[in-house]
Formats: sequence, structure tokens, C-alpha cells
Amino acid sequence: MALRIAAPKYVMVTMPSSSPAIVQAFEDGGNEVIAVQLRDVYKSFGSVQAVSGVDLTIRPGEILAFLGPNGAGKTSTIDIILGLSQPSAGDVKVYGMKPRHAIAKGLVSAVLQTGGLLKDLTVGETVTYTSQLFAVSRPVTEVMERADIAGISDRMVGKCSGGEQQRLRFAMALLPDPELLLFDEPTQGMDVEGRRDFWQAIRGDAERGRTIVFATHYLEEADAFADRIVFISKGRIVADGTAAEVKALASGRTIRATLPSADALSLHAIPGVDQVEIRGETVVIHSGDTDAVARRLLNDTSARDLEITSRGLEDAFIALTNDSIPEFAADRRASQ
Amino acid sequence: MTTQSNLAVALRRPVPPMGGFSLTVLRLEVRRLLRNRLTMFFAIVVPVIFFLSFRSSAYVHQRIGRGNETAFELISIALFGAVFATATGGVMVSIERALGWSRQLRVTPITPAAYIAIKMLTSLVIAAGAVGAVYLVGLAINQVLMPTAVWIITGICVLIGSLLFSAFGLFIGYLLPSENVTGILSLVIMFCSAAGGLFIPAGSFPHTYMVVAEFTPLYGLNELVHYPLVGGAFAWLWVLNCVIWFGLFVLGAAWKFRRDTDRV
Ligand SMILES: Nc1ncnc2c1ncn2[C@@H]1O[C@H](COP(=O)(O)OP(=O)(O)OP(=O)(O)O)[C@@H](O)[C@H]1O
Ligand SMILES: [Mg+2]
Repeated sequence: MALRIAAPKYVMVTMPSSSPAIVQAFEDGGNEVIAVQLRDVYKSFGSVQAVSGVDLTIRPGEILAFLGPNGAGKTSTIDIILGLSQPSAGDVKVYGMKPRHAIAKGLVSAVLQTGGLLKDLTVGETVTYTSQLFAVSRPVTEVMERADIAGISDRMVGKCSGGEQQRLRFAMALLPDPELLLFDEPTQGMDVEGRRDFWQAIRGDAERGRTIVFATHYLEEADAFADRIVFISKGRIVADGTAAEVKALASGRTIRATLPSADALSLHAIPGVDQVEIRGETVVIHSGDTDAVARRLLNDTSARDLEITSRGLEDAFIALTNDSIPEFAADRRASQ
Repeated sequence: MTTQSNLAVALRRPVPPMGGFSLTVLRLEVRRLLRNRLTMFFAIVVPVIFFLSFRSSAYVHQRIGRGNETAFELISIALFGAVFATATGGVMVSIERALGWSRQLRVTPITPAAYIAIKMLTSLVIAAGAVGAVYLVGLAINQVLMPTAVWIITGICVLIGSLLFSAFGLFIGYLLPSENVTGILSLVIMFCSAAGGLFIPAGSFPHTYMVVAEFTPLYGLNELVHYPLVGGAFAWLWVLNCVIWFGLFVLGAAWKFRRDTDRV
């Protein structure tokens, strides 16, 4: 998947009743509409830099996951795409329009991370209420069935479980039949089964080819559902690739060994090594095939005290944010 | 390129007419309000108690315009009850804010103006309860003298006028956190009611006090709702007072609603 962040040149396309907003949505070199375009977006809260220089192009039909630890800037980025907060610097366009305009047309809807429900309405009333706010809305019963809440229509929202409330939020988001649907950690606090049911409901409604963007902490969730994963850490995109690429990054293992006067270059030359770090007499090597690397180290060098540990996602994040950028992320940066 | 051609169609979708204002939503909001029994109860009972305790038998024989002093008092307390009710209805948005509902609404097409209009109309339901209760008690005690037409006209004027404080309640509800909003609201309403002459008629104010009172938000409205009873000289300043305060409250509420996107 090619990530292009070239500044688009807007062209006039002839199309019946094309408003400037529509024309702006088309990028140079064709008449492709861009779903979301973030250009050098920054967001700070006082001294906290929540988003620092995000460039991102999301094309229609993409299913994209924002993956990152707590406080990475996922919600802040989603808020900017939704127009809920204004970037401190940079430019954001959703279908070539201001976010607010895209929302007014019912092109974008979202399931937010927190709150957003009135406790003193029933589930059915909440969906009906929300359906009235859009110019065009799908039938209330249809979305309730889609989200699997038709059976609890008369229940007060305050009495619903976390999973039921989340499915209600999903039903509300489906009402305008949006082109772009954003989910901010939709399965937070759900058990494994609830999580599976929730994604099943989303899948059941996704065949139309709508663009889906979601934030998550879980690599498995991103892997199972997204075809593009954007790694965010400390307000920056540190990696952007297919699920397979990101999985490779987070998988693999780390070898730690004592090796006096180690030479980084020759260690890098060992097949399968993708990261080398030298701390005094200790070397730390990351690799997708640690067995082969360990064999080479023991046979061909004076390495001793070998220790092999698997590297979780958290370590991958740390590695990425420490600027020891693994291969594919480095490639992507270079190609920008 | 079916995605692209579908998109081309989707991009021409309309925005909702009237900013998303809908009678169904109004009906649901009223239903929500009626579920809040305690609020309804206080809104109705407090002005009735005020009316019964302020009333004095001496008022019955004092004539004012086309009725008596008790009628004057009745209208004052009905206005107090109505503004208290609409302001209470309006200020309930602070609970919605705390629940993240206004943030949720910001990802739907509804405009601040449409939402505020729905909220103001909803709060009229409690106000109608308050005015209706005070007027019924007024009828029951059989000491209120005014022509039937004046009963009706003043009742309607009080109700419509109370929208001023619905806007005020919304503004305060969006401005302040929900924990201390009710206390502040009560204080402000008490002050405005006293300054507006709802408890003691403004005619009996000392001059310096009067200068200030004329600019407070209930002064003009109070004079206007009594006009059908009292008659006499009409001052456009009363109308101006209402219009300016109403404009300020609505703009303030819309401004705060638009920016109310903080996470909860
Ligand atoms: N209104 C605010 N005021 C101050 N700081 C804020 C505000 N909103 C967010 N932040 C800070 O910005 C940073 C990014 O927060 P954000 O919520 O975007 O992270 P996140 O990736 O969504 O995290 P999580 O996975 O916990 O939801 C955090 O350090 C957070 O504390
Ligand atoms: Mg978040």
C-alpha cells in the first residue's frame, strides 16, 4: 500500500452541479476523492503536545486502525477529524470540506470514546431522537437490528450494560448511512465475547465499502479488522503500513548477550537481524528469526550469556519512539 | 470506480432543513422532562406557596387598573414561577454536558440555534405547569379580580415572556459546571425578581435603586406582563430591555454550545 503525502493540486472537474466543496475533494492526477486529509496537524493543550505534525491521507473504502498506547494522541486526532477540536496548526479536510460541513451532510459519524448518552431516554427513543437530526436517515428499526439492540428498545439507557450502550452508540452512528465512520476504542471495557459480537455487527454492515477508522490499544483487534494500521506514539505517526507489516514489527524476539567490542555493522549483516543496539558490553538484537541469529552468535562470535525474550507491542512502541526506527518505518519516512 | 461514483452522489447530500429542528425531538424532550418528577413538582409547588404567603387580605380591596392588587400579585408570582421553571429547564443542559451529550450532538448535523429552540420550547412545558397552578389557585381563593380576557392575556404573556429565562438557563447551563449551577441560578433569579419588582412593585423603589433596577432582565418583562391589567402609559424601553437580554442570552448559549466539545 503506497502512502503518498504529496500536496494535492486541485483541479476543476466537470460534473453536474459540482460545488467548490466537491471539486476540492478530488486530487491531482484523476478524479479520486480523498476521505480524510490531514496536513502537518498539531494540537497542544497548554504545554502538552497531544498531536505533533501528523500527515495522513485516508482514501475511501480504507479500514484504518490507529494503534497506540495511552495518551498517544489517538482521540485528539479523531477529535480533529470530527471538527470537535481545532488543530493548533495544520490543515484538515474531510471529503474536501471542513469537518463540520461533512458532518452536517451526514457524510461522517462517530462512536466516541466516552459519554454521549442520555440516561433518561430509552434505547429506542435515543435512536429515534438521533435519526431526526439528519437530513436523510436509515430506518430506525433497521439500524437497531444491525446493531443487535432491537430486543432492548424499551430499556432505559441508564440501565444498559456497557456493551449494550456501545451497540446503541453504533446504531446511532449508522443512522445517516455515513461514508466515513470513526470509532474511538469501541470495545474498551468489553469482554472477549462482547468484543467479538461488536466487531461482527460492524462487519455485517461494512460490505457497502464505507471508510472505517478506529482507535485501539489491541494489535489483535487492529489486525483482525483493519487493512491499514497507523501506529501513533507521542502525537506522531511512527509507522504506517499493512497489518502484516505492523505485526512483523511487533512480533519477533529480542536477543540479549554479552559481547565485548561488538561491531554494529557486522551484527547487522547477520541474516534476519533488523535492529541492533549496543550498550557497553551488552548487545541487544531484534530479529524475526532469533534461533538462526543465536546460532550465528554462538558459533561465530565470542557472545555469551544469551537471553532470548519475545517482544510485545509495548516494546515495539518503545523501540519506535526511541528513534531506532525499524526497516519498514524508515523506508516509509524516506519515501515521503 | 463504483465507490467513487457513489461518493460523487453522497457528496451532494443535503443538510437538514431548519438546522435539524424536529417536532419528534421536541416531543421526546418533553417526555424526558416529564420523567423528571421532582423538578416538575418544585416548579409547580414553590410559586403556589409564594403566592399564598405573599397574599394579604388588604390587597383585595385595592384597585389597580382593570382589577385589584391581588390580581397584580398573582401575575407577579406567576411570572416568577414561570421564569424559575424555564430557567430550571434550561439549566438542565449542564447535566447533558456532563454526560457528553452535547459533544455527541456536535457529531450530528443539528445546529446550535435549532437545539436551543427545541430546549426553549421544552422548558415552556414546566412553565405552563407553574403558571397554570398559580392561576388555578388564584381562581380558587376567589379574591382575584380581573376581567376574563385579562386572565387569559396575562397568562399567555407570562408564558411567552418566560422564554427569556429559558435562554438564560441554557446560557448558565453551558457556562458553569453542573455541580454548582442550581445554587447560582436560584440566587440570580431571586435577585432579578426582586430588582424587577416581582416581589415589591418597582413603583415603590427609592430613586437610586430604580436606576439600576431598570436595566435588570426581569424589569421590562414584569412591566409588560402587567400592562394588560394596569394599562396607562406604555414604554418601549420595556420591550427593548427584553429584546436585548434575550439576544445576549441566546447568543451566549449558542456560542457556548458550539464550543462545548470537551471530553467527559
Ligand atoms: N483537554 C485536554 N487538556 C489537557 N491535556 C489533554 C486534553 N486532552 C488530551 N490531553 C492530553 O493529550 C495527550 C493525548 O491524549 P489522547 O486522549 O489523544 O490520547 P489517546 O491516544 O486517545 O489515549 P487513550 O488510549 O488513553 O485514549 C495526553 O497526554 C492527554 O493527557
Ligand atoms: Mg483515546
